[in-house]
Amino acid sequence: MQHLSIFPILIPLLFGAIMLLPPISRDLNSQRISSIIGMFFLLISSATLLFQVESDGLQIYALGGWQAPFGIALIADKVSSLLVLLTSFLAFSIMLYAVAGRDKGGAHFHPLFMFQVMGINGAFLTGDIFNLFVFFEVLLIASYALLLHAGGKQKTQAAMHYVILNLVGSSLFLFGLGILYGTLGTLNMADMAIKVAQLEGETATLAKTGALLLLVVFGLKAAMLPMHFWLPKTYASASAPVAAMFAIMTKVGIYSIFRVYTVIFGDDAGELANIATPWLWPLALLTITIGSIGVFASPNIRILSANLVIVSSGSLLACAAINSEEATSAALYYMVHSTLASAGLFLLADVIARQRGKAEDRFVHSRPFVQPRLLGFAFAISAMSLIGMPPFSGFVGKVMILQATQSTAQTIWIWPLILIGSLAALIALSRAGTTLFWRHNGSVAAEAEPAKKLEIAGIALLLSASPLLVLFGSDVSEFTQQAAYYLHDIQSSAYDLLPGVTQ
Amino acid sequence: MEGMYAFCVGLLTACGIFLTLRGRSFSVVIGLTLLSYAVNLFLFASGRLKLNAAAVLGQSEQYSDPLPQALVLTAIVIGFAMTAFVVILAMRARADLGNDHVDGVLPDQEGESSHKSGGNN
Repeated sequence: MQHLSIFPILIPLLFGAIMLLPPISRDLNSQRISSIIGMFFLLISSATLLFQVESDGLQIYALGGWQAPFGIALIADKVSSLLVLLTSFLAFSIMLYAVAGRDKGGAHFHPLFMFQVMGINGAFLTGDIFNLFVFFEVLLIASYALLLHAGGKQKTQAAMHYVILNLVGSSLFLFGLGILYGTLGTLNMADMAIKVAQLEGETATLAKTGALLLLVVFGLKAAMLPMHFWLPKTYASASAPVAAMFAIMTKVGIYSIFRVYTVIFGDDAGELANIATPWLWPLALLTITIGSIGVFASPNIRILSANLVIVSSGSLLACAAINSEEATSAALYYMVHSTLASAGLFLLADVIARQRGKAEDRFVHSRPFVQPRLLGFAFAISAMSLIGMPPFSGFVGKVMILQATQSTAQTIWIWPLILIGSLAALIALSRAGTTLFWRHNGSVAAEAEPAKKLEIAGIALLLSASPLLVLFGSDVSEFTQQAAYYLHDIQSSAYDLLPGVTQ
Repeated sequence: MEGMYAFCVGLLTACGIFLTLRGRSFSVVIGLTLLSYAVNLFLFASGRLKLNAAAVLGQSEQYSDPLPQALVLTAIVIGFAMTAFVVILAMRARADLGNDHVDGVLPDQEGESSHKSGGNN
């Protein structure tokens, strides 16, 4: 279908807008039902889009009929359609969890959640870099409001840092875009990729400044080392469904880094070829290190999973720094795995916190669980998947990253760091598991409630992705390899998107 | 003209960055506003500065690039919404946390309170 590529943006927009209007906005139950229906439609249309891209090749959707490079184009290629499907699946599972009761804490949870999904999908689909900025702002403003959902001192404190940092980030994004438009004269990413090779001398230096300003912004979103301080506190204080949805927000930053520094400033960019690599390389390694140290120092599961998000960001940035097809393919696989696994752990932490009374999810002696077997089993799966132990997807993802290193120097740096990072996660998560599940005293807390069926269903969906990614590992990795080939081949990722332009 | 324009954008940016690095939420909000003014002017200039040039063909001998003007319009709208949000958030933080420091804790107060708890132990 011709309009399929815009559905992942339109569906959440329409549902979000309808839910703000009177008949539905007054009643939480009908909001819940329409949210689930909306997410279901979104999931189906994203899956259809993925199959269509797989069978017919990439889809270009010229908004308003204005052809690229003059109009804004939505590009549904293998990379973006995979990530859109990931977002839709994640949002559907989280919504199943949220409708069981976590959406009651504040007003307008459902519309805001829809707008957040719309922003993320739009950021993945757009082929225009200014449009990328606009979708970044859409997802950010929804995330500001969602972060404050259910209120509380900690949330306000975390939101203050998060909002101010991201506003400064948005200003830097616009400065970078202004410089790039001033030097290249276009904002269409495919067109930029072609024109950037012609820059030389002073103009090239100017464009380099703009490009590296953008790296700062994407690094802030992706929690790259000097800009990662906001992440643990923000993720740990957000309410569970929001924190789980935030698991994909760092991936939006990583995706933008891949899109901009592989397609536009990649191997074919003339004087500006691979300008981000010298920066990405040390910062990625330091991010993994700092994340691993944070994993050891975490006092509760939510901060622990936030630090694991930093480690996975670091691993993905390392793939961006290796800058080869194998590494990009590994990164795409690992991105799918780590998003779903960490979102699962965030939801699980919430259930655990509610069953332990005052101790919440801190690693201290406390009362036993209402459902020890169920939670223990779920925790074991999500922990093994995040550590990277076979037979779960973390293992395959990490092996793919380790195999993607090209030179001895890369191997010497990446192998120990990723393996030590896994060891840190192993130690921290097993210590957490033993404390939470085996060291308890007294009887079950009076106010503890067992997890509801929908909540279990949401967590089970997220956790089931991990063994499924291994079972269908060859299909998934073949798909990510094709997607990576597409990103690295300037003919297909730039020239084919512009009618009438040849190499 | 270009020199003057660049100087103004630079001055606004410098003031914006200075104020954003302050500790109180009021000056940070003002800093963010100045930064967004600077960015809007900067974006506008990315289409090159021209005199007597309309953005519509056939209205004047020269014509200017209409795209940056559209971009600035988008950026202004977004910046406006974000400023409104951050003002409300700053007021909420002032009410919730009892002070207007961006960390939610006044630096000297923090020293005092830790001293107090030390005394109690």
